[in-house]
Amino acid sequence: MDIHEYQAKELLARHGVHVPRGGLAYSPEQATYRAREIGGAKWVLKAQVHSGARGKAGGIKLCSNDEEISNAAEAMLGRKLVTHQTGPRGKLISRLYLEEAVDIAQELYLGFVLDRKEERVMIVASAAGGMEIEEISERKPDSIIRATVDPGVGMQGFQAREIAFGLGLESNLIGKATETILGCYQVFRDYDASMLEINPLVVTRDGSLVALDAKMSFDENALFRRPEISELRDKSQEDPRETFASDRGLSYVGLDGNIGCIINGAGLAMATMDMIKIAGGEPANFLDIGGGASPERVAKSFRAVLGDKNVETILVNIFAGINRCDWVAEGVIKAIREVGVDVPLVVRLSGTKVEEGRKILADSGEKVIVADTLAEAAEKAVAAWRAAAKKKKAA
Amino acid sequence: MAILLNRSTRVIVQGFTGKIGSFHADDMKRYGTKLVGGVTPGKGGQTHLGLPVFNTVKGAVRETRAEASIVFVPPPFAADSIMEAADAGIKLCVCITDGIPSQDMMQVKRYMRRYRFEDRMRLVGPNCAGVITPGQALMGIMPGSIYLPGRVGIVGRSGTLGYEAASQMKALGIGVSTSVGIGGDPINGSSFKDILQLFERDDDTDAVVMIGEIGGPQEAEAAIWARDNMRKPLIAYVAGLSAPKGRRMGHAGAIISAFGESAQEKVEILRGAGVTIVPTPAAFGSTIADVLEQRLRAA
Repeated sequence: MDIHEYQAKELLARHGVHVPRGGLAYSPEQATYRAREIGGAKWVLKAQVHSGARGKAGGIKLCSNDEEISNAAEAMLGRKLVTHQTGPRGKLISRLYLEEAVDIAQELYLGFVLDRKEERVMIVASAAGGMEIEEISERKPDSIIRATVDPGVGMQGFQAREIAFGLGLESNLIGKATETILGCYQVFRDYDASMLEINPLVVTRDGSLVALDAKMSFDENALFRRPEISELRDKSQEDPRETFASDRGLSYVGLDGNIGCIINGAGLAMATMDMIKIAGGEPANFLDIGGGASPERVAKSFRAVLGDKNVETILVNIFAGINRCDWVAEGVIKAIREVGVDVPLVVRLSGTKVEEGRKILADSGEKVIVADTLAEAAEKAVAAWRAAAKKKKAA
Repeated sequence: MAILLNRSTRVIVQGFTGKIGSFHADDMKRYGTKLVGGVTPGKGGQTHLGLPVFNTVKGAVRETRAEASIVFVPPPFAADSIMEAADAGIKLCVCITDGIPSQDMMQVKRYMRRYRFEDRMRLVGPNCAGVITPGQALMGIMPGSIYLPGRVGIVGRSGTLGYEAASQMKALGIGVSTSVGIGGDPINGSSFKDILQLFERDDDTDAVVMIGEIGGPQEAEAAIWARDNMRKPLIAYVAGLSAPKGRRMGHAGAIISAFGESAQEKVEILRGAGVTIVPTPAAFGSTIADVLEQRLRAA
């Protein structure tokens, strides 16, 4: 789960990390009011969306008077910001954050991630801040400093000091940098974060160390014990198709194709999507209905998939282990009758009670294209989609 | 004996009396697994499914000489249960639980290192389908009927995709020595490499199928190990060809975040290491059959 920049900064500030003075605004008037509250002569207005690279997309604006702030706010609010991280659909700007402008002497990079190889929290730092980390590792790989934390004892002071000295900071900044790095680790650990990135962390002309931006994501498996983090969720930043599905306990990822997928198991779901692609089609979504595919869950899945107007064919692929194909088949028929499926439907059942399941589909009188194998299912789905698309074009 | 599990392995269930634990314990027992009891704190002394219930894993080990444990404990308490098993002298722990926080798993992995390598418990999972040695014993949630006993090992992250592979093999009369689900989480107990090492040493296994997916470094690590150390044929599939970067595909670990983590990149690394690639998920059976036939002709 991602949170906004201003929310991350609030968490960090509570743990000894310096952030610029700032305030949240929902309207142009509020933004100008915030400027007077903050004081100073220059401010930065920042669109609060769950994405990096906001600057290039017009989501960050330097302003020096009320009129500039008001105009910039007017231009941003209600718009969808499209960056290379948001995808072509973009993300809605409904909150703005106004900050005092900072006089930058140097930009640094500081990141915390879960390192899957070491199975520990890894700190990544570089004196070449401002660029994205992928860019740094490509262009200045030697500038990257890494350290991992022993989960038994937590991050130690010497590790933070080594990073601070490694960044080449002046000796009067080492103490502050150590405090910043340890503060970030504390936040990462205490709130079950999965990613924390401060880019840039800046040295100002008057010699202080400030987190100019902050990005955080959290481990969804740990939200049960972090209610204060769950509250920071902003559904307006999520794909509405995904919100609908996740609110109903389904694991769904929206994609850009036309063949909707309903599958049990994440691995089989990915493999089925691959098979669709190999057969010449494009999947509209990833959807794992999980174990225990009850008729209700199957019906909810149909609703989630059909909520995407790009879906022109549906492929159901269920490998029943603990499930039974006859129950799944009943669920499919129930879904067709209750939800109403007006696109071609291909169903492949396998595993426990498969013969009974196929019989239920055949006897139902509903228009269901049945497939025996994974390859056949993908081929039939792509053929049905092509035929439907042709018909649509002709009409 | 195939790997990890056979008909004489003495197994207990942690989270024994819960709905899920009971359902699968019963299923495992009927498959032939030597189930000797279970653990539910506070219910010690009771009998469940005709077997004794214990308050602690140590108590269960003392009374039943259990060597293996399967965990069905809910996510907030699962890490604690795994560590309890490790401390009680359990040799193999299979954790089925889905949804354990990453930081808890970091703690578990760190905790297990307190034991000497020879005494250290082997953890399989979490968030996995478990382990089955067809015809002998089942420690997991997979449907036993889709596996034919035989001489090909399976190791994979995903449950149902593993079933797909096993059933394609069964349709061609190819059997399985042991199938191991290592789970879809970013931090797991046994890696692909760990399980390949066991299969390579196993006299009952002739070839191994590895079913990977996007995300993480374990497929690449296994490829390098296999290139340098494995003499048995290795056949691999990587799911997620159509997965976009930065989006999590169901499993907590299935997200492309670094170079070498996409399906295409993993396939290239595996192919470069001399591993036979299953070109599509519909070709598990035929690819394995081809490899086995070549091996027979070469012999």
